[in-house]
Amino acid sequence: MDTFVQQLINGLNIGAIYALIALGYTMVYGILRLINFAHGDVYMVGAFAGFYIALSFGLAGPSFLSLTLVLVGAMLIAAAVGMVIERFAYRPVRKYSRMTTLIMAIGVSLLIENLFVARIGAAPRAFPDFLGSQSQPPYHLFGNAAISKAQIVIFLLSIALMLLLQWIVFKTKVGIAMRAVSFNLNSAKLMGINTDAIISLTFAIGSSLAAAGGVLTAQYNPNIDPLMGILTGLKAFVAAVLGGIGNIPGAVLGGLLIGIAETFVVGYGQHIGIASTYRDAVAFAILILVLLLRPSGLLGATVQEKV
Amino acid sequence: MPTFIKRILGLVIAVVALVGANAMMSTEGLFGFGIPYYYAEILALTGIAVILAVSLNLITGFTGQFSIGHAGFMAVGAYASVFMTVYFSQGAERWLTSLVGTTVAQSLVFLGVIIFGALVAALAGLVVGIPSLRLRGDYLAIVTLGFAEIIRIIILNIDRVGGATGFRGAVAPWEGRPIIPQYANFTWIGAFAIITIVVVYNIVNSDVGRALISIREDELAAEAMGVNTTRYKVISFVISSAFAGVAGALFGHFRQFLHTNDFQFIRSIEIIIMIVLGGMGSITGAVLGAIVITILPELLRKLPGDLYSYRLVIYSALLILIMLTRPQGVMGAKEFGLSGLKRPQRRPEGDKPAGEKGVPIAQQSSSKEVEQGKEHA
Repeated sequence: MDTFVQQLINGLNIGAIYALIALGYTMVYGILRLINFAHGDVYMVGAFAGFYIALSFGLAGPSFLSLTLVLVGAMLIAAAVGMVIERFAYRPVRKYSRMTTLIMAIGVSLLIENLFVARIGAAPRAFPDFLGSQSQPPYHLFGNAAISKAQIVIFLLSIALMLLLQWIVFKTKVGIAMRAVSFNLNSAKLMGINTDAIISLTFAIGSSLAAAGGVLTAQYNPNIDPLMGILTGLKAFVAAVLGGIGNIPGAVLGGLLIGIAETFVVGYGQHIGIASTYRDAVAFAILILVLLLRPSGLLGATVQEKV
Repeated sequence: MPTFIKRILGLVIAVVALVGANAMMSTEGLFGFGIPYYYAEILALTGIAVILAVSLNLITGFTGQFSIGHAGFMAVGAYASVFMTVYFSQGAERWLTSLVGTTVAQSLVFLGVIIFGALVAALAGLVVGIPSLRLRGDYLAIVTLGFAEIIRIIILNIDRVGGATGFRGAVAPWEGRPIIPQYANFTWIGAFAIITIVVVYNIVNSDVGRALISIREDELAAEAMGVNTTRYKVISFVISSAFAGVAGALFGHFRQFLHTNDFQFIRSIEIIIMIVLGGMGSITGAVLGAIVITILPELLRKLPGDLYSYRLVIYSALLILIMLTRPQGVMGAKEFGLSGLKRPQRRPEGDKPAGEKGVPIAQQSSSKEVEQGKEHA
């Protein structure tokens, strides 16, 4: 029981971060039908933006205020990066085939990674610990299952950001415009919606959520490096597909499920002969099963292809 | 000249050229003309890249199915063939040596393991292809990526092929060759590159090829015309995987060392970049792309000082630039070759062309309004 609860806590934590990143994938895919491969790298850029903000302001000690400052700063920088990527890489090729845009996304992703490796090297950096979770003893649940302060804060902050997104998309005028563009871009344009601005805004929101994921991950695992976004980004995309791409609650559900599945493979896999090195394969195995059995995802609606 | 004489002549020239080129790559050289090992290795890797790019072009360029898992099939072929060489080929080689001599015996064994690697990779392609080719576009891309990643992680967990330490030869408790023999050389790699090009060229110019291209142009229309799209997609996927397996087998027996890090996601992307650069749906373009992408990073190594560390940045910026300026690739779907040098044949007097070349008849009679209408749609 202890192990089970412990794995569940760890899984929900990782899953919450996957969910934050998956939201960006799902929003962009919903609007442009584009797998934004660079999104994983925006998550990395967010983590590094937080790192350099902390460095330049000399923030290191455990303080909730510092975390808020770093988080907001990183989100703003990542939003700008996302908008720049959209404006200068994706918008010019939007009219071409989907393969062109996909390759463009891969190109942008490679450019960001290689630029960071060339500028600062591939060695990992240590992100400051703002929550003091390394020094403070964790809280205990059900006997031995431990939950650290960082885990609680990460989980609550992720949930808060997701609720904020839900509010933006469903209760504001901008949200209505976003849903309209996602439903049909050309009709939305005819209804007087500035679609370019809405797409730009979607990238900004998605990127800032990814940056929040980056900073929060760094509170949990302080090693950040320029290639950290590749695998996490792919898994977050899998989460988005699992939940039903284009569907916001689906992305959250998918993220949490992938996180839990991963920690359970690490925690219980060895009892049934699955080495913990398979943790990175489990997300893809789930993806393939989902696509074969229910291609529209768990919460996605089946869309009939029109001729 | 009759066609078959032309073909035999072409074959003879190709064999002589390959053997000659291979001789140049040793230290003694051919008639004193030799090139250093560093360049010889780059040339051999270029040949392997040509096989990979041309075979991926069959599924991505001609059939229009976006696969980002080519490195996974290459890994399957590499590990399967090297596994056979290391653990199960010694007896056969000894027996064959007693019959036909060392050189021929080694060649036969190598040919055998290459075919084995290709078959295993083709089987993997079939297993992956049958379920996933029912999916379209982006989903197929992401599933092939997932499969390649799973294949890599499974190989990483097999102790008999070295796992995370890499595969250099027989692993301790099992008996076999202590090191992977270097069977592959430029002759082998070049020969298989030519075979790949010829096979893909013949497929593309056959009725199967027309079916594949019809799938690329419009899958629904192709299906409506009676093309069994899933069947043809699986065929092209399996052939493409088999050649990726051949490339893997050659790679394993050339490098004499295999590690799963050589078959990561980025490797698949690199192969895609080759065909994107060359132009999707162009065999010569894919060859050109493979050559440029393999040699370019080595040339960028020569950049002075600090610029060297930016070589991968330049490389990815180049990709973005090509997509922005020429999204159909440098060659587009055009082929280039010696036929461009031929004197164009004169059309007899009075024989008017039926219409503009390369434009469907239906569009030619169209007036300006129709053209404008198309643009609005």
